Amino acid sequence: MNKAIITVLGADRVGIIAAVSTYLAAKNVNILDISQTTMQDVFTMIMMVDTSNSNENFDVLYTDFKKMSEELGVQIQIQAADIFNSMHKI
Amino acid sequence: MFISVDEIAQTIKMIQNEHLDIRTVTMGISLLDCARGNIDDTCVAVYEKICKYAKNLVPVCEGIERELGIPIVNKRISITPAALIVGNATPDECVKLAMTLEKAAVATGVNFLGGYSALVHKGFTNADRALIASIPDALQNTSRVCCSVNLATTKTGINMDAVRDMGILIKKAAEMSKDSGGSNCARLVVFANAPEDNPFMAGAFLGVGEPECVINVGVSGPGVVKCALEKVRGENFTVVAETIKKTAFKITRMGQLVAKMASERLGVEFGIVDLSLAPTPAVGDSVARILEEIGVEKCGAHGTTAALALLNDAVKKGGVMASSHVGGLSGAFIPVSEDEGMIAAVECGALSIEKLEAMTCVCSVGLDMIVVPGDTSAATISAIIADEAAIGMVNNKTTAVRIIPAPGMDIGETVEFGGLLGSGPVMPVSKYGSETFVARGGRIPAPIHSLRN
Repeated sequence: MNKAIITVLGADRVGIIAAVSTYLAAKNVNILDISQTTMQDVFTMIMMVDTSNSNENFDVLYTDFKKMSEELGVQIQIQAADIFNSMHKI
Repeated sequence: MFISVDEIAQTIKMIQNEHLDIRTVTMGISLLDCARGNIDDTCVAVYEKICKYAKNLVPVCEGIERELGIPIVNKRISITPAALIVGNATPDECVKLAMTLEKAAVATGVNFLGGYSALVHKGFTNADRALIASIPDALQNTSRVCCSVNLATTKTGINMDAVRDMGILIKKAAEMSKDSGGSNCARLVVFANAPEDNPFMAGAFLGVGEPECVINVGVSGPGVVKCALEKVRGENFTVVAETIKKTAFKITRMGQLVAKMASERLGVEFGIVDLSLAPTPAVGDSVARILEEIGVEKCGAHGTTAALALLNDAVKKGGVMASSHVGGLSGAFIPVSEDEGMIAAVECGALSIEKLEAMTCVCSVGLDMIVVPGDTSAATISAIIADEAAIGMVNNKTTAVRIIPAPGMDIGETVEFGGLLGSGPVMPVSKYGSETFVARGGRIPAPIHSLRN
């Protein structure tokens, strides 16, 4: 399983989760877990996904989320889960 | 979720707000098999080998950056000390090799290539002499090639002939780049006890005990340490040390992960992670500000050396468990022009060369990126080098001097180097001379405690 973390930060608005999850479905990326909260008016969504069955490579997902960030006016980032695991787990 | 939301948020905050990054992924390439009967053939072999081994270095690192979402600021190459492969070349012929290295650096897309170096801690070979004599011209004809000279070790003592020569050559290198404040000297460093696996410039080279090709990684993160310490204001030094250790562990884990990924993807052996805290001129990325957070009003005030000793030690203790192999310089860097807090401390009169010299006794490197008046004599520069080399030799540690005698400039002025090299306020040196001391030449014998067998 290739786990990745998608984080979305920005002003809350209608359709953020819809946009991200529709895109993921189209790319055959499976959502494993979602956590979302609004902290001091900043919408924060953290999504754990599995990219191992995706029909796209990581660079495409990275670039598409960059584009989507601009369209939705929020910051969307996808990162391999390894970075969080290696920093916080021994 | 097996990773908590807090942990994810913390990592992202470190990268986005606190300047956490991987400072350098440096590929070490042995050029020992590139020596030929004449310099032109050697240059061809060197260029081909570097381009072959490092052709994927930059793209692979950029892929890792995207995948992990962490910047890898520099991609670099270190090579076998060039003096070992130039054979009987003249200084002018050595410059040809420097220009070949520049061409290879451009072709592979790295921003610096280190290892135009000579190891002369006990004496010179003819090749060492030719290469060292060529350094000012080599610097002038390149922009990415870095030079270093190791002129002392704990085991051998200090080569005072080399110390004398380097004072003269540093002046010459500065004079040749007088239009940019002597900036060529930023790519020239002299060492005592130089490590053979250092990934940081300007002092990186690949020592003779190193493998054919190797990946060494340098981490960074002064901003992260500073932010962590802001949360423990007023607590005692045990808490300060523990906080730094925990933070250093996390920072180093990033380095270890990147090193592992880079080495796997490039099919190259993993060497070491260098546990250094390397500042940049950006606000919030300063080692000096950590020392001030620990409690001194300005970096350079009394207490600074003790604060730096604690910082340096805690960084190593935290980092060492996070990496399978630790090496290089590993400690806090204190380059003046590259650290926003250091620059401010010099400008307000809090930090002097004398205090920096004391600080180099307890941190990883030495007098780094120090700008001194253009009329500083070669003998004074040599004497500054000798003092630093003595600290390294006696304390069994690496020390270095990267000093820029900025032509035509004096105290109160500032030299702008730009980029990661920052800007350096001109610092005063002793007005008393060291000519007679430097003129003696010969070798300062190794200290008694070097005889450990």
